[in-house]
Amino acid sequence: MHPPAQSFRERFPDAVIGVKEAFGELTVSVRNDRIVEVCRALRDDPEWSFDFLSDVSSVDHPDAEERFEVNYHLYSIDKHHRVRLKARVSEEDCRIASVTSVWAGANFMEREVYDLMGIEFVNHPDLRRILLTDDFDGFPLRKDYPTEGRGWRSTFEFLPTTEGPVS
Amino acid sequence: MNHVPTPTTKRSSTDEFGVIEHVPDANDGDAAVLRTEELLLNMGPQHPSTHGVLRVVLDLEGERILKATPHLGYLHRGTEKLAEGKTYQQIVTLTDRLDYVCAMTNNFAYVRAVEKLLGVQVPPRAEYVRTIVAELQRISGHLFWLGTQALDIGAMTVFFYTFREREILIELFEKLCGARLTYSYYKVGGVSDDLTPDIIAALRAFLKAFPDKIIEYNTLLETNRIWLARTKGVAVISAEDAVSYSLTGPTLRGSGVNYDVRKAEPYAAYADVEWDVPLGKNGDTYDRYYIRLEEIRQSARIVSQCLDKLPEGPVSIDVPGITFPAKERVMVDMESLIHHFKMACEGIRPPKGEIYCATEAPKGELGFYINSDGGNHPYRLKIRSPSFVHLGAFDHMARGYLIADIVTIFGTYDVVMGECDR
Repeated sequence: MHPPAQSFRERFPDAVIGVKEAFGELTVSVRNDRIVEVCRALRDDPEWSFDFLSDVSSVDHPDAEERFEVNYHLYSIDKHHRVRLKARVSEEDCRIASVTSVWAGANFMEREVYDLMGIEFVNHPDLRRILLTDDFDGFPLRKDYPTEGRGWRSTFEFLPTTEGPVS
Repeated sequence: MNHVPTPTTKRSSTDEFGVIEHVPDANDGDAAVLRTEELLLNMGPQHPSTHGVLRVVLDLEGERILKATPHLGYLHRGTEKLAEGKTYQQIVTLTDRLDYVCAMTNNFAYVRAVEKLLGVQVPPRAEYVRTIVAELQRISGHLFWLGTQALDIGAMTVFFYTFREREILIELFEKLCGARLTYSYYKVGGVSDDLTPDIIAALRAFLKAFPDKIIEYNTLLETNRIWLARTKGVAVISAEDAVSYSLTGPTLRGSGVNYDVRKAEPYAAYADVEWDVPLGKNGDTYDRYYIRLEEIRQSARIVSQCLDKLPEGPVSIDVPGITFPAKERVMVDMESLIHHFKMACEGIRPPKGEIYCATEAPKGELGFYINSDGGNHPYRLKIRSPSFVHLGAFDHMARGYLIADIVTIFGTYDVVMGECDR
């Protein structure tokens, strides 16, 4: 279930770029510099009351003009409806404002997006890698990162083994 | 254990653990003042109570926790990246290895997401069988939690009791699909095997005996002074904070927030049976214990109603391009052989688009976001795992408690690191 698509256009005429309904879900594309403002309004406005951030995820479209998309899945516990907010960022200016001030749970979710996709969240309180090691090079969920890795593992030093086969 | 270096070592503000304020030591000031300083304590990644590999760095003042920083990723296997190179039916086996304690619900959450993308409706019997198996998995997952949580905080006996019943359920699953932990039982379009009469008989016998067993666990703990002292008022989170931190499942409901995906967005057979969502009041570990115990009862209630109403018919759709044809037909029928071959080589091709599908796993909301470009493997697959999100609230919930409570706070979420690190 989702709120009427038109209500988003009416409420944020210059922040909403596009609205799309598919598979029973509503996707609202938002200008990337307005994301925090829209999120806060969606949370606080009793018409929507999107108090729950289900998930933050990202998709890489290497050929698109604005390469990355950040998806926010919102849910309202009172009204039982969902919406997906979508913001695009380019590779050159790979930054978007953090929504941690709106939902505390965004902290880890945004760190994961930063870690695996390399999108920087401005004003994030603690933006560090979360699943990978701090010295990891590259962002593995980008499409130009090979699944088998870039050979980093073969440079690891291993503990010396005993000479010859173990009898 | 990592002790803070001697106070003369200045920690820079870029230090991994943040700035540590030092009280001047006895040499450079008032010698009569007792030296006090914050202590950094490293816990894990190998620690029996973390149920996997989780490392937490604790900032301590005496025994009190000032800050807890979880360091995740020791079990990161790149499931989301791997999924981008696999066909849709191959990914089912990857989902087994997320929350390996409750593999059935992971399979369920994933196949539901793919079915939503395909617009497929599974047969009524499949819906019921799915509900039965998912609820049995919830019972076994909660029994696992109860046993290990009690073991961690000093009540060893409960473990033997809960694992006794969990073993019965695992044997039932083994009879059903041949595996004890990594089931891959759900498939896109239905389930792989039907419930046989002897499984149903065994299940009914289990359900008949089970209510007394729940009373048994409860008598071991309900009036146990150690259990009460170590769970009441520990890991408290208010309803507002729990929602803000995106907590789900029993962890959220312990704070009195009524959000259960099975009720909010009913799927499978949940709308056809009667059951209640237990809610807590205080948002502490004891309330979560109470809720999980009550959920076990409700699950048993759902299963027995589903068994009574179980419709006849197939347990899977039979559509070329979505499901494999039956093996008997493949042996004798040329067309079925071709369909089988095409399924194995090409797999399923859902339409272009993106979906998010949430399912109530024993630990909370397990969501799959699938972005499809119309090809035979997902363009992007994102797993919203409850354990990962719950650890985001760990620091908030651990502050102010004692070191001894850390074990309870780990356990209160029912964290499984395979799902958290993915």
